[in-house]
Amino acid sequence: MMARREPTGAERIAAAFAAARKAGRAALIPFVTAGVPTLEALPDLLGAVAQAGADLIEVGLPFSDPLADGPVLQRAATWALERGTRVDAVFAALRTVAPHLPPLVLLTYVNLVLRRGMTEFVQAAQEAGISGLIVPDLPWAESDSLRQVAKRGGLALIPLVAPTSTDRHLKDIAGAKGFVYGVSVTGVTGPRQAVDPGVAHLVARVRAEVALPVAVGFGIASPAQARAVGAIADGVIVGSALMSRILDHPDSAVSEARHFVAELRRAVEA
Amino acid sequence: MSAVKAVPDRAGRFGRFGGRYVPETLIPALDELEAAWRAAHRDPAFQRRWMAILRDYVGRPTPLTRAERLSQELGFPVLLKREDLNHTGAHKINNTIGQVLLAQRMGKRRIIAETGAGQHGVATATAAALFGLKAEVYMGAEDVRRQALNVYRMRLLGATVHTVTSGTQTLKDATNEAIRDWVANVRDTFYVIGSVVGPHPYPMMVRAFQSVIGREARSQVLRAIGRLPTHVVAAVGGGSNGMGIFYPFRNDPVALIGVEAAGEGLESGRHAASIARGQVGVLHGAMSYLLQDDDGQIHPAHSISAGLDYPGVGPEHAYYHETGRAEYHAVTDDEALEAFYRLTRTEGILPALESAHALAWVLRQAPDLRERQAVVLVNLSGRGDKDVEAVLAREAQGGEADR
Repeated sequence: MMARREPTGAERIAAAFAAARKAGRAALIPFVTAGVPTLEALPDLLGAVAQAGADLIEVGLPFSDPLADGPVLQRAATWALERGTRVDAVFAALRTVAPHLPPLVLLTYVNLVLRRGMTEFVQAAQEAGISGLIVPDLPWAESDSLRQVAKRGGLALIPLVAPTSTDRHLKDIAGAKGFVYGVSVTGVTGPRQAVDPGVAHLVARVRAEVALPVAVGFGIASPAQARAVGAIADGVIVGSALMSRILDHPDSAVSEARHFVAELRRAVEA
Repeated sequence: MSAVKAVPDRAGRFGRFGGRYVPETLIPALDELEAAWRAAHRDPAFQRRWMAILRDYVGRPTPLTRAERLSQELGFPVLLKREDLNHTGAHKINNTIGQVLLAQRMGKRRIIAETGAGQHGVATATAAALFGLKAEVYMGAEDVRRQALNVYRMRLLGATVHTVTSGTQTLKDATNEAIRDWVANVRDTFYVIGSVVGPHPYPMMVRAFQSVIGREARSQVLRAIGRLPTHVVAAVGGGSNGMGIFYPFRNDPVALIGVEAAGEGLESGRHAASIARGQVGVLHGAMSYLLQDDDGQIHPAHSISAGLDYPGVGPEHAYYHETGRAEYHAVTDDEALEAFYRLTRTEGILPALESAHALAWVLRQAPDLRERQAVVLVNLSGRGDKDVEAVLAREAQGGEADR
């Protein structure tokens, strides 16, 4: 009998979406900036988020100039960097806990990847137990080399689709791995009052061209909004709303996160 | 010197530099902008309109002035391209008039811009006022505090100034915020970038609008002395005045010298010399040299000259550096101040502290330049009135008080 090989990151992501779909709901994908409130707290925080019902977790590697992020995630990145959060330390922290967690998708800006070198960065991410990469300032048209490198390391490079994206872009990403990140609004990350009415159209456009699950993020602030998006998309990404609770209550970050993610989980199940 | 390959390529690359590193949301807008720009660039009516405004409103062509006494003291001719004599006092307006004209052609009614010290913000607000459009300018809180007069000038011109309190609260953060605004309002908003930086097609487009400097200067020098200069010297922060004067000389046997801000010294860590001390990376949409740490976090820049106080540099300068087509050097705050005083006293011209960096390199290299019988063309990119307060404050701290 052949030795069973480890599943690749892309396969782990696919399995997580498939399991949620089988349970008749959208996958819940909370986002946590590494280093907030402290890097030491990251394993506990991720553990609590997982326990509360996350199907995948997005981990933000903080960057000094996060131009796709709104005020909350800017504040989170600044907070983490002011407390000395380093790339190596984040990878080290993740390595110990990743095997016990749902698939982790790392969100970072392209300069951090380039500074270390694409091959080295992908290798370090893979060794840290990361399953996929989201690079919001690396549009698909610029992503050829990172895509190749990520593929060799078994990592999915997640394509983003915005309301402004052309049909041509949707065709270009047809061969992508993992899932499609649907950007719900024309704008940066951050809570919004209501779910953009264009989300259904966006998801439908992606599904018409791409066979991957579609997870929607940017602006989902409440359980009610998560429920609304979960009824349309295959996954619901919640970042700023979770991070603002953590930033506002750094001393009880783990329980804040646990409660809020549990609420979100109930919402996508309803 | 070999001819420079035509750059950028179709992907907006200058060799390995440049490109488009922006959120996916903006890609269609950059495609739209590129198509509109290429059409406008080829359209004689657009070019005529832009040139007419430069002539009748901005005051172009700007003169070429031979710095008589300075040339005598140094022992070789120094020619100054007088961008300080443009309306609003610097070269920035060549570009803002062009971009706002393009915005109007594209039917975009809302104009946004980033600004450091406020020069580009004032130039954008001016162009917007001229065309009856609404400008919103992002400016770091630190710069708003240091440049209160420029903030007021922008408001007088009808612009809204948004104070940016994120990150280091300076130009790089103002640029982040302007990009965020553009991502959110991309359908009706035109983003006027102030230098040869940002995602493709901006470096190419801003170069085209600023190349009017070099085209005029090249023919003015030929007319004045019957030959080309040996050296063309310009200060480089983002690099728009530099690329503007370099570009028309790129295929000539002329040394192109870019002068970066060494701030308190290259070894001090407090400088803005991205080419001298930076590493390749991506900021604000393009690959170029950046001041950054080992993880890739961007380092704040420092220069006495607010216009050079930027941790990156335009991708075409990075390309010129890598291919050897231009040389890049760095001068300190003190050297720039020395040049500021010297030109003021010898020629009665108060240069912007940015432009003083270019002059400072000439002063430092004078013995060598004299030996080579150089003819030096300096881009005097702006006037120094805006810097008088900063220089005065510096004198108050000691240093130059008794000069």
